Amino acid sequence: MIQAVMVISTQAKPRLLKFYNFQPPEKHQDLVRSVFQLLSARPDSVSDFVKVDSIFCLGTKMVYKHLATLYFVFVFDSSENELAMLDLIQVFVETLDKCFKNVCELDIVFNFNKLHTILDEMILGDR
Amino acid sequence: MEQLRTIGRELAMGSQGGWGQSKEFLDLVKSIGEARSKAEEDRIIARELEHLKRRLADPDVQRRKMKELLLRLVYAEMLGHDASFGHIHAVKMTHDESLPLKRTGYLAVALFLDERHDLVILVVNTIQKDLRSDNYLVVCAALTAACRLIGEEAIPAVLPQVVELLAHPKEAVRKKAVMALHRFYQRSPSSVSHLVSNFRKRLCDNDPGVMGATLCPLYDLILGEPNSYKDLVVSFVNILKQVAERRLPTSYDYHQMPAPFIQIKLLKILAVLGSGDKQASGHMYTVLGDIFRKGDTASNIGNAILYECICCISSIFPNPKMLEAAAETTSKFLKSDSHNLKYMGIDALGRLIKINPDIAEEHQLAVIDCLEDPDDTLKRKTFELLYKMTNSTNVEVIVDRMIEYMINITDHHYKTEIASRCVELAEQFAPSNQWFIQTMNKVFEHAGDLVNIRVAHNLMRLIAEGFGEEDEGADSQLRSSAVDSYLRIVGEPKLPSSFLQIICWVLGEYGTADGKYSASYIIGKLCDVAEAHLTDDTVKAYAISAILKIFAFEIALGRKIDLLPECQTLVDELSASHSTDLQQRAYELQALLGLDKNAVESVMPADASCEDIEVDRNLSFLNSYVQQALENGASPYIPESERSGVISIGSYRSQEQQETSAHTLRFEAYEMPKPSLPLATSQSSMSTPITNLVPVTEPGYYKEDHQTSKSQPPGDAVSGEFGVKLRLDGVQKKWGRPTYSSSTPSSSTSSKQTTNGASHSDGGGSSSQPRESSYGSKRQQGTEVSAEKQRLAASLFGSAAAKADRKAQASRKTAKDSPSTEKVATTNVTAQPVKEQVIPAAPPPDLLDLGDEPVSSNPPSADPFSQLEGLLGPASAAPVLSGTPATGTSKAPDLMSIFSDDVPTGVASGSTDPTLGDVNSSSHKGTTAVASKKGPSLQDALQKNATARQVGVTPTGNNPNLFKDLLG
Repeated sequence: MIQAVMVISTQAKPRLLKFYNFQPPEKHQDLVRSVFQLLSARPDSVSDFVKVDSIFCLGTKMVYKHLATLYFVFVFDSSENELAMLDLIQVFVETLDKCFKNVCELDIVFNFNKLHTILDEMILGDR
Repeated sequence: MEQLRTIGRELAMGSQGGWGQSKEFLDLVKSIGEARSKAEEDRIIARELEHLKRRLADPDVQRRKMKELLLRLVYAEMLGHDASFGHIHAVKMTHDESLPLKRTGYLAVALFLDERHDLVILVVNTIQKDLRSDNYLVVCAALTAACRLIGEEAIPAVLPQVVELLAHPKEAVRKKAVMALHRFYQRSPSSVSHLVSNFRKRLCDNDPGVMGATLCPLYDLILGEPNSYKDLVVSFVNILKQVAERRLPTSYDYHQMPAPFIQIKLLKILAVLGSGDKQASGHMYTVLGDIFRKGDTASNIGNAILYECICCISSIFPNPKMLEAAAETTSKFLKSDSHNLKYMGIDALGRLIKINPDIAEEHQLAVIDCLEDPDDTLKRKTFELLYKMTNSTNVEVIVDRMIEYMINITDHHYKTEIASRCVELAEQFAPSNQWFIQTMNKVFEHAGDLVNIRVAHNLMRLIAEGFGEEDEGADSQLRSSAVDSYLRIVGEPKLPSSFLQIICWVLGEYGTADGKYSASYIIGKLCDVAEAHLTDDTVKAYAISAILKIFAFEIALGRKIDLLPECQTLVDELSASHSTDLQQRAYELQALLGLDKNAVESVMPADASCEDIEVDRNLSFLNSYVQQALENGASPYIPESERSGVISIGSYRSQEQQETSAHTLRFEAYEMPKPSLPLATSQSSMSTPITNLVPVTEPGYYKEDHQTSKSQPPGDAVSGEFGVKLRLDGVQKKWGRPTYSSSTPSSSTSSKQTTNGASHSDGGGSSSQPRESSYGSKRQQGTEVSAEKQRLAASLFGSAAAKADRKAQASRKTAKDSPSTEKVATTNVTAQPVKEQVIPAAPPPDLLDLGDEPVSSNPPSADPFSQLEGLLGPASAAPVLSGTPATGTSKAPDLMSIFSDDVPTGVASGSTDPTLGDVNSSSHKGTTAVASKKGPSLQDALQKNATARQVGVTPTGNNPNLFKDLLG
């Protein structure tokens, strides 16, 4: 199952946070920070999968995609397929593109409520 | 930052409000974007929050405006600021009539609150109302919110309505209802268990979306109890078939793949249902084959499906044809350039080798390549794979690699994991004990604090006991080599505490055993250790005990030694220590120095660490005393837990069965004064005040001390009824733990070394006897397993050596084919020693580290080819070994490979490089040594050598770049 969806800018600013297991708001920043540290340390050429046992609970993995100035991050456990998640990100971004016509970071900043709605439609309903 | 600023400026100039937001929000985002520091950003947000608070409290704000305020609030909270004052407004907004506002309200509520929050109860009411709404969008919003907010107690409130909605005419609503029901199931399976049949019904829904959504809860259910869903196998297979044949509307296609996410989910379900079930698996083969055939390796999602197929195949009842297809796809993954696919390939390989280890053989090169990869994730995944495929023949290579990697990582969590894996593998497959100790040393040196303390005790036990079946000479050799290596290491700064404990113990026990080092030298070292670690009581305790032992041995041998000044200061310091444990040890040392030879011998017999200490748990020798005490009118013992007002100590082992006998000790402590105590100084200095303070725990300590001192002066002539040792240990065992764990937290293990007899119980201490025996059996099991594995390998890799040879040839051929390698090869042929010399003389340190392992007889076993050989190990080694015990044998393949790889290099290039020469000669020596023992291996090596020459390629070992070239 998917545990969290994050969109983080390359300046370490969260653009969208959605946790499917409730996390107290104080913890959000810690998570964002540790995830961002992890991501920014990884060169572009390496794979998009990271094991994040130490940040989230045991056995969680993370798939991310670096697009322009944003990292799209999905955190999930062993019941999901990594490649499928990668494509889910793709689906998400394509959908955003359709909604906003050439999506850019600002669209996401200003319309994060719409993003939440789109995600609600996509995830759990399983696309 | 710069970019954002320009964007912000553009925004300010032009497209204001283009997103339906007000200027204020724009300004906020802009100013945050321009903020130069975190503090500045915080200030901006704090101001904004103040502003929002005022506005929200204002009763006559427009509703539309309200929505925007709320969104700004959500934004502020996302940036990590407290916005709890606005939560109630979010709840209020969910009551609103208009849809956009209601949705915003639900969104904010879902983000702000969790199911345990107080305000949720207000929302539940709204959700109930909205679920009955005519507008299906409202219903959807309510269902989505229900997923987030309905906790266990609130489920019954909305459950009937959600179930009704399962039959709603709109598919979007049905989908959401399934999702909500799934969520309820996750929260509390019992509350919806009677509704599980609904999921089965929804599987037959007309709308594929609803069907797909139903797969998620079904997957969870099936994971729980696969057997009750076996009847669905056929329907799942049918659905999968229809999906794969593109029967679904094209709107479900994604990158030309028909409904890939549904396919993946179905494959996952089938994998669970088919595992270990031949009949169910039988249904699946056809459709899996179809998907493989249609599989599209060009797109990401196509690969995702193929990967899921491999997972499915590896989990269901194996079918050779399917496995073949899976292996083929895996090799495609591994060969791809994309790191993502390589990662999946490694993972798939890990699954497949569980069924058929042969498959891994083809992919040696790819796996090694992944190991060299800069990508950390890939590396870790590869280590996971290696961990799975470790056996007794390749364990050395793999563990060496793991340790090498472990040294370089900083991630605490992962370091712990990999260290424990190293230990596990080493314990399970260790080819020789020497190697085991070496490996453990390395692990402890670099990750000592992260390893379970149990492992340290095992290591000490191993050194102490030697290896059972072998002769005493080998054991003592091993010990002296351990002492050698520890003496070298001990001076290094920043060693982990548990490692120092081992070092101290080994030095104390065996430091002087072989006469190589003088007692004063070792004592000096131990003093250094104790002084260097002022804060660590446990290490100090180990060190002083070790010193004590060395003195005892020396005295027993009749040699007179003087107390070194530094040792004297140490002892003085410790006798004034705050830790009673350290104090006692120091006093014991002083007492021991005053004794004569005979007494010392009986108190501290040499090399007695392996002798089993009989522990009289019943303390039966005290029975008569108890009787006497009772007859004299003493009140019977009440167990501590039953006494009122006493905090029971957590793991109080002495509670077992013998309360009556146990409490005698206590009486004794209370009743018996201390007239007959020879060591009056020590008693008065430490126990008197403490006894008053801690009457419950002190007696054990007190008594034991008393006995110790009593037993020392008259030596063996002490009281007749019970042997000195026996009694001491009984007491020690009985009381050691509780006593010390309450007084000095650090010494629960070290306390066993306190008194003379007990100090001989090896590192694990007297408490570790059951543990030891269990370890022994485990160990035995380990060797059994490895023997079994060898047999397995021998049977699996049937064509053994020949196959390996062919492999080597093949890889050399590829080397020849690839142009870059050819160039090097030609340079070799034209005998330009310059180039050739560079290659062997300047290998990367991690690959060929000669200086690293002088003690072990391991050859420098880390060039890529030898690693290949090591991994291939079973092929050449298994037939040779099958009969012999694991010790030392697995070195053969390594030696062979070095021999076959390096020698030709030297010959062809005519290089006189000393390093190379060294390698050669050492490997020569090694090979002949081994070969003289085992005829076939020599032949093997010669044969390999010959083939290498035949092919005409001089393998240039040692160079990783070259190796990469080889792979193209």
